[in-house]
Amino acid sequence: MILLLQYTLIFAAVLLLVALGGCFSEHSGVINIGLEGIMVIGALGGALVMRFMPYDNATATFATRFGMFGMVALASVAAGVLFSLLLAVACINFKADQTIVGTAMNLLGTAAATVIVKSMNTAANPDDHSSEIMYFDQKKAFISNIGSFELNWFLVLAAILLVVSIILLYKTRFGLRLRACGEHPQAADSVGINVFRMRYAGVLISGLLGGLGGITYITVGVSLWKFENGVAGFGFLSLAVMIFGAWDPIKIGGAALLFGLFRALGNVHAGIPFLANLELPSAIYNMLPYIVSLIVLAFTSKKSRAPKAEGIPYDKGQR
Amino acid sequence: MKQRTPLLKKAGFQTILSSLLCIILGLLIGYLALLIINAEGAFDAILGVLKNFFKYPTGAARLKYFGNTLVKTAPLLLCSLSILFAYKVGQFNIGAAGQYVIGAAAGLYCALMPGLPWYVCLLAAVAAGAISGAICGALRAYCNVNVVISGIMLNWISLYATNILLKPGMDPTGKDTFRLVKEHQSSILPTLGLDKLFSNNQYVTIAIPISILVAIAIWIILEKTKFGYELKATGNNLHAAKYCGMKENRNIILTLLIAGALAGLGAGLYYLSDFEQWNVNSSAVPAMGFNGIASAFLGGLSPIGAIFSSYFIQHITLGGGNVDLSHYCAQIADFISAVIIYLCGFVLFFKGFLNRVLDKREEKRIQREKAALAEATEEGGNK
Repeated sequence: MILLLQYTLIFAAVLLLVALGGCFSEHSGVINIGLEGIMVIGALGGALVMRFMPYDNATATFATRFGMFGMVALASVAAGVLFSLLLAVACINFKADQTIVGTAMNLLGTAAATVIVKSMNTAANPDDHSSEIMYFDQKKAFISNIGSFELNWFLVLAAILLVVSIILLYKTRFGLRLRACGEHPQAADSVGINVFRMRYAGVLISGLLGGLGGITYITVGVSLWKFENGVAGFGFLSLAVMIFGAWDPIKIGGAALLFGLFRALGNVHAGIPFLANLELPSAIYNMLPYIVSLIVLAFTSKKSRAPKAEGIPYDKGQR
Repeated sequence: MKQRTPLLKKAGFQTILSSLLCIILGLLIGYLALLIINAEGAFDAILGVLKNFFKYPTGAARLKYFGNTLVKTAPLLLCSLSILFAYKVGQFNIGAAGQYVIGAAAGLYCALMPGLPWYVCLLAAVAAGAISGAICGALRAYCNVNVVISGIMLNWISLYATNILLKPGMDPTGKDTFRLVKEHQSSILPTLGLDKLFSNNQYVTIAIPISILVAIAIWIILEKTKFGYELKATGNNLHAAKYCGMKENRNIILTLLIAGALAGLGAGLYYLSDFEQWNVNSSAVPAMGFNGIASAFLGGLSPIGAIFSSYFIQHITLGGGNVDLSHYCAQIADFISAVIIYLCGFVLFFKGFLNRVLDKREEKRIQREKAALAEATEEGGNK
C-alpha cells in the first residue's frame, strides 16, 4: 500500500508540474500542445548534469546531494525554457498556428533528444547505439527515507511550486495581467499591458515547469529511460488534468492526484492481492489513465472555463 | 484586356515555393546537426539520407528498394490525407496515429484468426478506423472535448488494445505477429502483376494505386462537391453553418469518421501487404500517423501535394538508415521531418510577407509610370 501511495504521489507531482505549466501558458492566451516535447528536453538537460557532474554515492553528504539536486533542477529548467522559446517566437511574433507548432515541438523534442543521446553514446563507444543515459547512483541522491516511504525531493519541490503558482496567479499584479491577456488581450492592451511580453512570460513559465516535470518523470517514474520513447503521452495527460482542474491550480492539484493514482496502478497492481487475483493483462492497467481521462473530459468539457482568447494570435489591429 | 497575375502571386506557386523552402531549410538544419556530431562524415551522411535507394549500384536493386519506399509511402499518404481532410474541415486529427493502429489491429485480426480474404480484412481495417474517428467526433460534437486531447488519449488506448487483441496471433519464435505468407496467403493484397515492375518485389501490391486514387477522390470531394463545401463551411464557422441550416454536429462526426476511415485504410494496406508485422509488446505508437502530419502540411494541405510530400518524407526516413552508424543514428531523418513541420508553421507568415513585398513593388511601379506619364504630357503641353 505504501508503494501505491509513493507512486501515486510521484506521478501526481509530474502531472501537477506540467499541468501548472500548461495553466500559465493558457492563462496568457497560448495553447501549449508542445508540453510533451518540453518535458523530454527538460529531462535531457537534467539527465546530462546527473551523468557528467562528479558524484559518488558513498561519500556524499547532504550538502553535496542538495547541490546536485539544485544543479539538475536548474539544468532542466534552463533546457525547458530554451525549448519553449521555439513556441513563443513562432506563435507570438510570427502568429503561427499553435497546434502545428506544438505538434512539431513534440516530434522535435523526442527526435532531437534521441539524436543527441545516441550520438553521445556512440562517440564514447562505437558499438553503443542505445538512447539511455546512465544515472543509477545519482538518482538515489534525491531520496530521503521516512520509514519505508521514499520521499523524493522533487515531490517537495512540486508542492512548493503549487503554492507559489496559486499566489502568483491570484495574489499578484503579474497574475492579474497574465490572466487578462488570456481573456481579452485587446482590453489588456488598451490599459497599457504589453500583451506580447505577458504571453512570453506565460510560455516561458510553462517551459520552466514542463522541464521540471520531465526530469521528475525520468528520475522517479521509470527505472531507466530510453529517450526514443518520449514521455508516453504524459504531456497530454497533463493537459487533461489541467482541463479537469478547470485552469485553477488548487483543483489541478486534486485532479493530478486522481490521475496519478490510476497511473500508479499500472506499476504496482501485481503487488495488490485483490487486483492480482483478477489476472487482467497488464496492458489494461496501462490503458487505465487514458480511459479515465477520456471519460472525465467527456463530463467536464461541456461547461468549459477555458481562457476566452486562448489559441488566437494577438493582432493589434483587430477589434 | 485580361490581367495576368504574375507567377509569384499565384497561390499554388506560393505554396510550392514555401514547401521547397521548408525542405531546404530543414535539410540545412539537419546537416548542421550532423556537422556538430561529427564534421568529417556529415556530407556523406546527408547525401545518404537524400539518396535512399540510389545507393545501390545495379538498376534491379534500385528498382526493388524504390518499390519498398513506395510500399511505405502508401500508408503515409493515407495518414496525411486523413489529417489534411480533417484540417481543411477545421479539426486537427492527431488521432490519426491511433486510428491507424486500431485499423492495423482489425485488419491483422481478421487475417490471422479466422483467415478471412483480403478484401474483408481491408474493410474491417477501414471500419475500425472509422469507428475510432467517429468516437473522437462524437466527443467533440456532444461533449465539447478538445479533438487533439481525445485523439492522443485514443492513440494510447488503441495501442494497448491492439497489443491485447493480437497477442494470440503472435509467432512464438519472436515478438511479432505471424507472417501472413506463412499463415494465410489469401489475406495478402493481390499484386496484379505490379511486383514484376519492381524486380519481383512481392510487397508492391494494389495498395499503391489505391492510395493515389483515394487522394484524387478526396481532392474531388473537397473541391468539387456540395458535401465537401458543407464540411468546410462547418469548419470555418460552426455558428454560421448552423444558421444556414447545416447539421453541424453531424458534419463534425462525419469529418472525423472519414478521416478515421482513411487512416484505417492506410494501416490495412500496409499490414496486409505483409511488409511488416505487429510487435505485440509495442510501447510506442507507430510514427506513421505523426509523420502524416508532416507530409500533410508539407504538401500545402492539398491531396495532390500530399502524394509528393508523402513520398519525400518516406524517402528521407528510409534514407536515414543509410547514415554511417558508427557516428550517427537513423533518427536524424525524424529530426529533419520534425524541423520541417515546425517551419511549416511559418508558411502563412511567409506568404503574407511575400504578398506585401510584391504589392509594394507593384505600387511603386504604378507610381513611377504615372509620374513618367505626367512628365510626358507636361512636356507635350510646353511645346
